[in-house]
Amino acid sequence: MDKEQIEKLAKLSRLSLKEEEKEGFLKDFKAILGYVSEINSVVAELPEKETGKLRNVMREDGEPHESGINTDDILSNAPSVQDGFVKVKQVFE
Amino acid sequence: MKIDLNTLSIKEAHEALLKKEVTVRELAEAALLCVKERDGNIHAYLEIYDDVMAQADAAQKMINEGGAKELTGIPLAIKDNILIKGRKATAASKILEGYTAPYDATVVKKLKAEGVVFIGRTNMDEFAMGGSTENSAFGPTRNPHDVTRVPGGSSGGSAAAVAMGSVLGALGSDTGGSIRQPASLCGVVGLKTTYGRVSRYGLMALGSSLDQIGPFGKTVEDAEIIFKAISGFDRMDSTSAPDDMIVPRKINTKIIGVPRDFLGEGLDEEVRENFEDSIKKLKDLGYGIKDISLPNIKYSLSVYYIIMPAEASTNLSRFDGIRYGLSKDGGNTLVSYMETRGEGFGKEVRRRIMLGAYVLSSGYYDAYYNKANAVRLLITKDFGDAFKEVDAIITPTSPVPAFKIGEKTEDPLAMYLADIFTVPVNIAGIPAISVPSGKTKNGLPLGLQIMSSHFGEDTLFEIGKKFEGKNKS
Repeated sequence: MDKEQIEKLAKLSRLSLKEEEKEGFLKDFKAILGYVSEINSVVAELPEKETGKLRNVMREDGEPHESGINTDDILSNAPSVQDGFVKVKQVFE
Repeated sequence: MKIDLNTLSIKEAHEALLKKEVTVRELAEAALLCVKERDGNIHAYLEIYDDVMAQADAAQKMINEGGAKELTGIPLAIKDNILIKGRKATAASKILEGYTAPYDATVVKKLKAEGVVFIGRTNMDEFAMGGSTENSAFGPTRNPHDVTRVPGGSSGGSAAAVAMGSVLGALGSDTGGSIRQPASLCGVVGLKTTYGRVSRYGLMALGSSLDQIGPFGKTVEDAEIIFKAISGFDRMDSTSAPDDMIVPRKINTKIIGVPRDFLGEGLDEEVRENFEDSIKKLKDLGYGIKDISLPNIKYSLSVYYIIMPAEASTNLSRFDGIRYGLSKDGGNTLVSYMETRGEGFGKEVRRRIMLGAYVLSSGYYDAYYNKANAVRLLITKDFGDAFKEVDAIITPTSPVPAFKIGEKTEDPLAMYLADIFTVPVNIAGIPAISVPSGKTKNGLPLGLQIMSSHFGEDTLFEIGKKFEGKNKS
């Protein structure tokens, strides 16, 4: 692991990092990954996927709530709203 | 009747309310007075609700009309990652600045139906990531037994709120010990429930294969009363256990297992002595004590610090500055994401998100994430084997008593090691309770962790109550 990899991970994670934080994260990651790598010494393999007793955890369709009753509560949390929609930045030029 | 929330149990308060020896308002006033006198130093709360008296009046009405339940009028506190409709919820993070919950968590719905009085929302490590409540974006909580020390975490605010006597109980969430460890460090009871036993609908997710909501109380009975009120199948949570799945395996051997091999390094000497003393007490109570071996339990912390960040990095991807909370404009979408999340998330949260992205990334997925899941199965099997011979397994809850504020903040791995005894329980999905087991020479509380097999909460309550009684005598 090196500083470049920290920068790559930050970008994958959609996180901006301050320059002065990078060394610290690198040091932490080396310590943490050094510790958790002990599991590589364990002989263990994931078994073939087994299906236990099947249970449908989804509710049946039906009993819809009245359309729009939650819209205001939910949209009131969004930073940018227009005409009952969440407003996002332009994706295509 | 003179009200002292520090000694009053939920049952006593309930009976006094029914006999009209005390009113809900008087209980609520006692709670608010305690907050006023003590919370300036302790900072257990992020917010005290301004409608406490209105809630109290509604609860009093339930009692007067003969509709009282066991928790009607009882003042409780709720961790800041559990939603109450119309109230703020931030998970102690800046990224949820200004967020107002649009619905009730199922546990809150159930407590509202009981007529509970919510005093306020409690401080925590940001998104429940931490073991000291120092990772809160709004400043640390201090231990009511010694304000230079941490209350534990991540539900440190809830533990401290109960320990300082401001409420008769509280809710927390436990992903790797976040209820039990602060309960131990603050000298109260904390219960991590069986995976699936309590609905997580309305709980902000950290590690979805690990998280559970559970209660804090001064006594095992108080924790049990809250547990009974909040547990049960919920169709809004797809991991919630249907009633016909809840079959506790009660073998009733009256034997308690001690995983001696696991109690080696890093264990504080006073904690060790206290634990041996607890074993003696359990023997006096008529329990057989048996040394057991859990050969793979030593890998629990490693497994945990792979699976939990992996799940957290996925769960926290929803905080994008578009749907709710903090939003920074960085010109285009990508930079806006990065700046919102970079500024909104604290250091530990960013550390775990990146760690999660690492163990899930192509090339490392097999070596870390898949391997951790394979070892997880071994650990779960170890527990299954052990529970064929013993009713319960005990360890200290925490390897150390409450540490100093700032002592471990610069060394994340040292902080993670404080979870060593609590993490295996979440890995296996079993229930466990932390019960006060005495104090150090300096007066810091210590706790005994009792674990049982899936859906064996009643075994925990039974042993916990007897142990508690023995400790008081």
